[in-house]
Amino acid sequence: MAPLSFDLQLLNGCAALLLLLSFSMLSQRRIVNLVNLLALQGALLCAATLLVAVRTGQGHLYLSAVLTLALKVVGLPLLLHRLIRRLNVYWDAEPVINASGTMLIGLLIVVFAFGLAQPISALASTATRSTLGIAIAVILLAFLTMITRRKAMSQVVAFLSMENGLFFGAMSATYGMPMVVELGVALDVLVAMLVLGVFFFQIREQFDSLDLHHLESLKETE
Amino acid sequence: MTAVEVSFSYLDACLGVLVAWGAIGVAGLIRPRSVEFAGRTLFPLGAVCGVMLTVVAIASIAAPTERAVLPVGLPDLPFHIRRDALSAVFLALLGGASAGISVFSAGYFRKGEGALPGLLCLEYHVFLAAMGLVLIADDAYAFMVAWETMALASYFLVTTQHRIAEIRSAGFLYLLIAHVGAIGILLSFGVMQGGSWQFTFDAMRSAHIAPEWASAAFCLALFGFGAKAGLVPLHVWLPEAHPAAPSPVSALMSGVMLKTAVYGLLRVSFDLLHGVQWWWGLLALAFGLGSAFYGVIFAAVQTDMKRLLAWSSIENLGIVFTGIGLTLVFQGCDMSALAALALIATLYHALNHAFMKSVLFLGTGSVLHATGQRNLGRLGGLIHRMPWVTWLTLVGVLAIAGLPPLNGFVSEWLLLQAFLFAGEVPQAFVNMLLPVGAAVVALCTALAGYVMVKFFGVIFLGQPREASLAGAHDAGVMERIGLLWLAGACIALGLLPVQVVHLLGSVVQELLHVGPGDWGVDGWLLAPPAARHASYGPLALFAVTVAVVVLGAVGVRVWFGRRARRGPAWDCGFVRLDSRMQDTAEGFGQPIRHMFEPFFSMQRELPTPFDALPRYRVTVGDRIWGLVYAPLGAVVRGTAEFAARLQQGRIATYLLYSFVTLVVLLALVL
Amino acid sequence: MTPLRIVTQLLEIAAALIAAPAFLGWVNQCRAWLQNRRAPSVLQPYYGLRKLFGKDVILAENASALFRFAPYAVFGTMVAAAAIIPSMGTGLPLSTAADAIALVGLLATARVFVSLAAMDVGTAFGTLGARREMMVGFLAEPALLMVLFVAAMISHTTSLPLIAEGLTTRALALYPSLAFTAVAFTLVLLAENARIPVDNPATHLELTMIHEAMLLEYSGRHLAMMEWAAALKLFNYACIGFALFIPWGTGTEAGGPAALMLAAPLLALKLAVAGAGLAVVETLSAKLRVFRAPEFLATAFLLAVLGLLVYLLLGA
Repeated sequence: MAPLSFDLQLLNGCAALLLLLSFSMLSQRRIVNLVNLLALQGALLCAATLLVAVRTGQGHLYLSAVLTLALKVVGLPLLLHRLIRRLNVYWDAEPVINASGTMLIGLLIVVFAFGLAQPISALASTATRSTLGIAIAVILLAFLTMITRRKAMSQVVAFLSMENGLFFGAMSATYGMPMVVELGVALDVLVAMLVLGVFFFQIREQFDSLDLHHLESLKETE
Repeated sequence: MTAVEVSFSYLDACLGVLVAWGAIGVAGLIRPRSVEFAGRTLFPLGAVCGVMLTVVAIASIAAPTERAVLPVGLPDLPFHIRRDALSAVFLALLGGASAGISVFSAGYFRKGEGALPGLLCLEYHVFLAAMGLVLIADDAYAFMVAWETMALASYFLVTTQHRIAEIRSAGFLYLLIAHVGAIGILLSFGVMQGGSWQFTFDAMRSAHIAPEWASAAFCLALFGFGAKAGLVPLHVWLPEAHPAAPSPVSALMSGVMLKTAVYGLLRVSFDLLHGVQWWWGLLALAFGLGSAFYGVIFAAVQTDMKRLLAWSSIENLGIVFTGIGLTLVFQGCDMSALAALALIATLYHALNHAFMKSVLFLGTGSVLHATGQRNLGRLGGLIHRMPWVTWLTLVGVLAIAGLPPLNGFVSEWLLLQAFLFAGEVPQAFVNMLLPVGAAVVALCTALAGYVMVKFFGVIFLGQPREASLAGAHDAGVMERIGLLWLAGACIALGLLPVQVVHLLGSVVQELLHVGPGDWGVDGWLLAPPAARHASYGPLALFAVTVAVVVLGAVGVRVWFGRRARRGPAWDCGFVRLDSRMQDTAEGFGQPIRHMFEPFFSMQRELPTPFDALPRYRVTVGDRIWGLVYAPLGAVVRGTAEFAARLQQGRIATYLLYSFVTLVVLLALVL
Repeated sequence: MTPLRIVTQLLEIAAALIAAPAFLGWVNQCRAWLQNRRAPSVLQPYYGLRKLFGKDVILAENASALFRFAPYAVFGTMVAAAAIIPSMGTGLPLSTAADAIALVGLLATARVFVSLAAMDVGTAFGTLGARREMMVGFLAEPALLMVLFVAAMISHTTSLPLIAEGLTTRALALYPSLAFTAVAFTLVLLAENARIPVDNPATHLELTMIHEAMLLEYSGRHLAMMEWAAALKLFNYACIGFALFIPWGTGTEAGGPAALMLAAPLLALKLAVAGAGLAVVETLSAKLRVFRAPEFLATAFLLAVLGLLVYLLLGA
């Protein structure tokens, strides 16, 4: 195959690092580190957006890069760090499945995502289409992270990471979503974050813990 | 036998050997109680026949196909036989491995162990002849007769010590699964005749059957042959039957009989069926990889040495089936050069396993005779008492652990070379999954190393764990010769891969219809054409390593002398060292139990601090038994109990059944 | 087989034999500096070897022939491994006889012999070390194989010199897959060479030992051979890393003797940097509990497989 141009190589590199970060999040048990990884993921996303913006010359992509930087690299992580300090949750409990097992499932998910992306990316016309598989993998891995965690805090981080994956997927398939949609999603995330922040305090008030298994006692019948 | 033939052919010679085996078996009945007669005369004769079969088979691999019709069988259903390259390779395997095992058996069987020696001799040689007939059968009828004879003969051999209840139940389980598998094979033949109702293999080759029926035939064959090969989840009989049988029989079953399943599946999928589809390969690959992994982790936690080897056989057959699967995938995607590579790897591993597993089983047989122990927790330190068995077993251990320059490494190398290009398969998902398969193969090989270090270290190294082991004696002359023959084969297969691959090339030509290509450089460097610039030359590698070892040893001796004193073991200054402080087999399996805990169903018995005689016990069970077989057994039992209600015991009721049947039939017909 | 190839081959073996203890000494020196200790000389491993070679061997009473043979076997396989890794030149005659897979096989052979020798005397520590070594090995070996597999897929061959040549001569490109495998390889290197997160080469606590526990019964020249082989192993791993990830400067056959002359100082430079890096990694990390070692290695295995998948997806 013909060698790729250098910016595409860089983009591929970004994509691969995103995947690596997803796996690190899957295995990371310190919530502070989890948030830092999320910030790093945001930074990579920002870099990838800039690369695509430079390549395609679409103005709104610059804007969305700035938005990513402000929201996902600076804003949300700061907010999360504050929440962690206020709520005093630094460690997640022992995960539902052990680390190696989770990683193995993660690997199968990657195979699945990559296989899934092959026919789709064959249809897409963008130069960035080969990274679509990674975007799907990031989304699914974030899902897996949410499933295997016990603390609400880490689930929120994973949720945000899933949003990153969606964003990246949109970019590799169609060079990003229309600006309106993007702004809307950004706002949604922000609002969701605030609502969840309120929820955290409520949950802790009620159970003296953020461990989600306490919620299991809320069901009607026993 | 062959002297009366006017025109001599390879097929006649093979048949002659089989008949000779049968005759030797019958001769055993002349003096059924004499160990001397069977051991000194008949078993060595059988071994000579095995060597002859090997020679004939190897000579005939490249020769054109031969057929014959035998005047035995039912009227209008004579036995058809045929010898082609595929048969010849497996006949060579049968002859070569059985020769070593027969010589070993000559010294192994003793008086007063279960069945009469003469009877044992009969069963043993009928077993050999039946396996031979399986390999040359050319119609479904002859094949099934031979297949069932093989199963029955081996059943009797497994239950040699039929007075022990566990051995009886192991034999029953074996017979049961063998028959369930045989039904699968029979149905597969039924599908493949394609409406012509001709059951010769030639008719099946020329039959045109729809792709979906071909797929059905393949799945049935995979089921049937998989049951014989011990693929998970049809493996449950293997860890029961192998330890129950006398060691030479275990060696024969594990080393040779399991390979007949490999032969059968290759015969069906590449010769009898046309239009290989790539997903067949994926199916075989999945079962193969699953068995390999499942087998090796269970082998790592066993505490009975023969059971450990039985699980290791499941692993190795899994790897062979992985090779078949890879061949099918490549063939289904029209990548014949890679298919050839994968097929060679498959055949090579089948050959290797026959010899290395035989060495190991026979080695355990010698240990068992010398010590009376099968439990790894009661062995140890035998290297001082049984040097012959130890060093020859070490060859088998290194070979099966896949270490260069021995034979296990060659097939691993070939298989990984084939996997390296799996990413080029033009199917989504498959090209991603196959390289992950390579990772599983690599993991299994590395785990096999772990298992073998445990096996060898616990039995032969360290201090004897029981006082009685001090009286252990080394194997007798015949046993040594047998072990030497098999270990020699392991070394030869390891050092001469170019020559072996050259022979296997005929099979590739026959089954895949591609020229095998040029596989070697100057006869010492294995360089598969599909693998692009990769090569492996064990002779050179071995020579260099040996040269360095010798130079190192000589250099050290010349410059620094060879002074050595004996003293008590250092052990960090601990003085009251005893044999109970060594790692046990359970201890050696602990990391595996810990890491792969979800796969095992474990029962632990932990001592409390107040026990006067603390005992730690852990038994590791197979989850598949509880998940598949126990519910299945319950269903069968429930159905049987329901059906048993028909049995009333009153004649009038039975007459009523007959009457109702008659009325219903009449109503249907009229 | 040209004279140049033979010279390259012999030079590589000699360089490995001579440089390996110095490399180990250099890593130890860097470690000491980083830990604010007075550093031993780079030549300290040579002094150690000389001293050990001069001493009498004391064999345990029930040590068998296998115990005496193992040091030479381990040493021999390590030298054979050194002979096929293109550290200075790629024109190695022996590397046609053994490719990347055979290299993994050779390393496994050495591991099996060390473990069997450790079980031979039958002490508690020896068997414990053997078990742990095999535990580390069965996860590290496939990880290493997968690392090599990715490089082999990129270069379409498993021959090590061709992999190194392929990566130097083609146009400079980013390989995300190689980034994954580089991380995996580093983890494997640390584990296989008994470095800190998995094992501690300087430990005095028998219960936490892996590699040292296996050598407890060895003394005199046998111990010297084992120590030398361990130094060679570290050197080999470093050279595998260079061949896969920074192969620039390795003398190709076309380059002639001049390239080979240039390759030697470059190799020294790479070793110096790698040794310092290794010391930094070791100083920054804490030793894992033995139970955590499998997770560490499973991560390495996973990263290597992930690298493989990324290569298949992105084609780079």
